[in-house]
Amino acid sequence: MSNPSNLKYTASHEWVKVEADGTISVGITQHAQELLGDMVFVEAPEIGRALKAKEESAVVESVKAAADVYAPVSGTVTAANGDLDASPESINSDPYGAWIFKMKPDNAADVAALLDVAAYQAVVDSEAH
Amino acid sequence: MTTLKQTPLNAAHRAMGAKMVDFGGWDMPVNYGSQIDEHHQVRKDCGMFDVCHMRVVDAKGAGVRAFLRYLLANNADKITIPGKALYSAMLRPNGGVIDDLIIYFMTEQWFRIVVNAGTADKDIAWMKEQAATHAPGLTITSRDDLAMVAIQGPNARAKVWQVLPQTKAATENLVNFQAADCGEYFVARTGYTGEDGFEVMLPKTKVEEFWYALNKAGVPPIGLGARDTLRLEAGMNLYGQDMDESVGPLESGLAWTVDLKSERDFIGKAALLANPPTKKLAGLVLLDRGVLRGHQKVVTQHGDGEITSGTFSPTLEKSIALARIPNAVQVGDTVQVEIRDKLLNAKVVKYPFARNGKGLI
Repeated sequence: MSNPSNLKYTASHEWVKVEADGTISVGITQHAQELLGDMVFVEAPEIGRALKAKEESAVVESVKAAADVYAPVSGTVTAANGDLDASPESINSDPYGAWIFKMKPDNAADVAALLDVAAYQAVVDSEAH
Repeated sequence: MTTLKQTPLNAAHRAMGAKMVDFGGWDMPVNYGSQIDEHHQVRKDCGMFDVCHMRVVDAKGAGVRAFLRYLLANNADKITIPGKALYSAMLRPNGGVIDDLIIYFMTEQWFRIVVNAGTADKDIAWMKEQAATHAPGLTITSRDDLAMVAIQGPNARAKVWQVLPQTKAATENLVNFQAADCGEYFVARTGYTGEDGFEVMLPKTKVEEFWYALNKAGVPPIGLGARDTLRLEAGMNLYGQDMDESVGPLESGLAWTVDLKSERDFIGKAALLANPPTKKLAGLVLLDRGVLRGHQKVVTQHGDGEITSGTFSPTLEKSIALARIPNAVQVGDTVQVEIRDKLLNAKVVKYPFARNGKGLI
């Protein structure tokens, strides 16, 4: 599965989608879900929580391990994907559809400064060596 | 970076699409696809595991039974039918668990022992040291020429007979925990999953061919990830996690394997009698949402405990754990587990959690 070119990425393997209303959706990448394996539990951040960039925000747990999801930019949490409570495995089957939480960024420019698909692919490739 | 040890099936794992991980210094397959699918595959049908990293040890000579009677916490005298196996802890004089292992009684001159990978070298050193004092005529041989594959699940034995028809006559009447020596193939009705099946020991030079033949017969490979969820559901301890040299067998859920009532002396017995345990191993099922993991703190009204192994149970679709908790906590009690600064509720249960294809909770 290739990484969509319309998304932004972080070096810690989150993807970011800019929505029409200016909020962003955050999920974990194909590479991250593959490393973690079968997902069994997702703990989303509380709505209204103010996050700093790179702060631990959500936790995803596979059978194997728990992993932190980091806030890609500073901002405020506006929504959590309740569907993942019942079907956390959709992160495995559809990593770019299964958003974990949404946030309103403090500065839109922070989002624009995140990695594009080519830069993210370079991060993944460098980890493989 | 140190070089990881490889089993003779390393190339086969890679060819079958395994994700490889460092498992105690061994380059081993953690899964080949979905770990949960692999788990269900074993409970419902069958699968095969590379357990070549485990070590086969042969103890031979006159007096081998008497030596094992003294070396091990369980009583070697319990096994008198040829091929019969016994699970036991091997203890330090202070009662700490050196390893848990399986011994097979073959003849009064030969017992076969299977030990864990990570402890094999220290186990053999300890056995030789004890033999030098108590049974100098014995030979203790590490069978580095042997490989081992576990085939587990309700259909596992039939698949092995399909691939090794020459072993069927000698193995079809084996009871649980009994083995047959079929020349090059040593076939034991044992395992680490809570399902029926065999563990087959065979020459290293033949194991790759055996592995591919099983696969062709419809037995998929299963990784260490599913091996861990299967054994935990089955309520089986993992050495290094649920017990080690810092704890005794009585606080590790192994009282059923320790014989303190008979006259027999064994290494560690005096220490166990002198220090009755204040904690025990118990099963937990998480009532709130989340996943129990090793080392999480367990808060009870009788004092704190700690999870030794925790995971998500694919059979129960709940999180389960083994935890070392104060003796006074009873089955049915609710305790709290600290997960990321929150206290979540868990129920104390009698384990195993699942065996023979079914959840037991």
